[in-house]
Amino acid sequence: MDLQTFYSKKVLEHVRHPRNMGELKNPDGVATVGNRVCGDIMRLYIKVTKRGGREYIGDVRFQTLGCGAAIATSSIITTMVKGRLLAEAEKITDKAVAEALGGLPPVKMHCSLLAADALKKAIEDYRRKR
Amino acid sequence: MRKVYLDNAATTPVDKRVLAAARPYFSQRFGNASEPHLWGQEARRAIETAREKVADFLGAKPKEIIFTSCATESINLAHKGLLEAKLREFQNPKSQIPKKLHIITSSVEHKAVLETCKHLEKLGWAKVTYLPVDKYGMVRVSDVKQAIRPETILVSVMYVNNEVGTIEPVAEIGKVIKGINRSRRASHSPPLYFHTDATQAIQYLDCEVDKLGVDLLSLTGHKFCAPKGIGALYVRSGVPIVRQQDGGEQERGLRAGTENVPGIVALGEAIGQVQRSTFQVQNRVKELRDRLIDGVLKISGTKLTGHPTKRAPHIASFVIEGVEGEAMLLLLSDKGVAASSGSACTSGVLGPSHVLTAMGISAEVSHGSLRFSLGKDTAGEDIDYVLKVLPGIVVQLRKMAPAA
Repeated sequence: MDLQTFYSKKVLEHVRHPRNMGELKNPDGVATVGNRVCGDIMRLYIKVTKRGGREYIGDVRFQTLGCGAAIATSSIITTMVKGRLLAEAEKITDKAVAEALGGLPPVKMHCSLLAADALKKAIEDYRRKR
Repeated sequence: MRKVYLDNAATTPVDKRVLAAARPYFSQRFGNASEPHLWGQEARRAIETAREKVADFLGAKPKEIIFTSCATESINLAHKGLLEAKLREFQNPKSQIPKKLHIITSSVEHKAVLETCKHLEKLGWAKVTYLPVDKYGMVRVSDVKQAIRPETILVSVMYVNNEVGTIEPVAEIGKVIKGINRSRRASHSPPLYFHTDATQAIQYLDCEVDKLGVDLLSLTGHKFCAPKGIGALYVRSGVPIVRQQDGGEQERGLRAGTENVPGIVALGEAIGQVQRSTFQVQNRVKELRDRLIDGVLKISGTKLTGHPTKRAPHIASFVIEGVEGEAMLLLLSDKGVAASSGSACTSGVLGPSHVLTAMGISAEVSHGSLRFSLGKDTAGEDIDYVLKVLPGIVVQLRKMAPAA
């Protein structure tokens, strides 16, 4: 497998330099999702800030055990939602995640689903706790 | 940046002398070996010289060697060709061939064997027994013995496992089959044939067919410094095979199609080089591999996969806790190192390696599988370099992973 042509430059860049990686202490919402098919595990933490009665994602972090696509999708989704309205963030689709990375190989599309799913569940967790 | 290629079980670079031997057969001596003119004769001579070299390496007769395009083709030809020949015999009312033919193979074979066997099952040509393996990926000779039935026509067990390097007990299985065939001859029953996929064995192990007791042996050139696109099948005299590619009468009528003359010349040259150098190269590669294994096992949470001693000299395979294989390959590639993994994420079908699964390794553990495969030109500095960069990569990826 030629890794350079298999993955876009953007994917590889996120694998090399993941953004917002690590644990977030005292998160407002957290979710761990796993992919039974390939074994990847992703955990997403969010901190919610309120301004003018509206909820924003103030901070977001991820931890991932998985392949290049799993790392890159979790990394990029954090950059896509940081500072955004909660209501907007939860609408982010797996397709948007894959597109933001300049596309993913077909066999790796499920990794973007994992990232979008982790975000949705973290937001749900926040709402439940509230 | 240093570049270290440790994926020689996937493919090897073409050797300079092999390339030099093959080069004249592209543009100068380009003749079609089926033609009687000077050009054709030249090509014919080159093919037959190469055939003698391959035969000599295997301890076989030249007429027992059929050139193919790769090991996968050889394996397909051996299995399908034998089954078709036996089914034809069966159509002869005087024949004693039982109705349902039976094949025995192992659950750790390469896809080329497993998928071919599945195809034969689907066609209704055979029933197939997929033997289990022990935790090292080794077939038990007693299991082979027990699985043999009167209608068993073919046993197919690989010589060296490509994922974990375990050397299968091919010669021992060969002895068992010899014994079975003695009693079958006495009772005028049809013989049992033995095929081995020797793809990963040619470079380093004794592949003399009589010592192994095999009737059919598949190999491919690109695993021992010949180019891709050239392979061979050894077919012991008297073993019935029906060709699977129809056309001209090339390769004794068993493999139609104009011969790949430069490829065949290259294969002959490469196998001759293996024959002349095996012993020294083997020991050097083995020493380097052991150094690599010792070094990798110093990283916490790592385990060797495959047999600790009965393993091919060039393969060092591991499972590493808390990291995913493909992510390791990406970061290793960034450091100029080529390796391989059997993790689900690298498989293309998103399932864990069937070899590791058959060895009783859980999908979760095989998620972190990593294979290094050395070549005859691997240097000590290459191993030192890998041992310098790998621990950092493992730490980096573990830091990224959520705590269990």
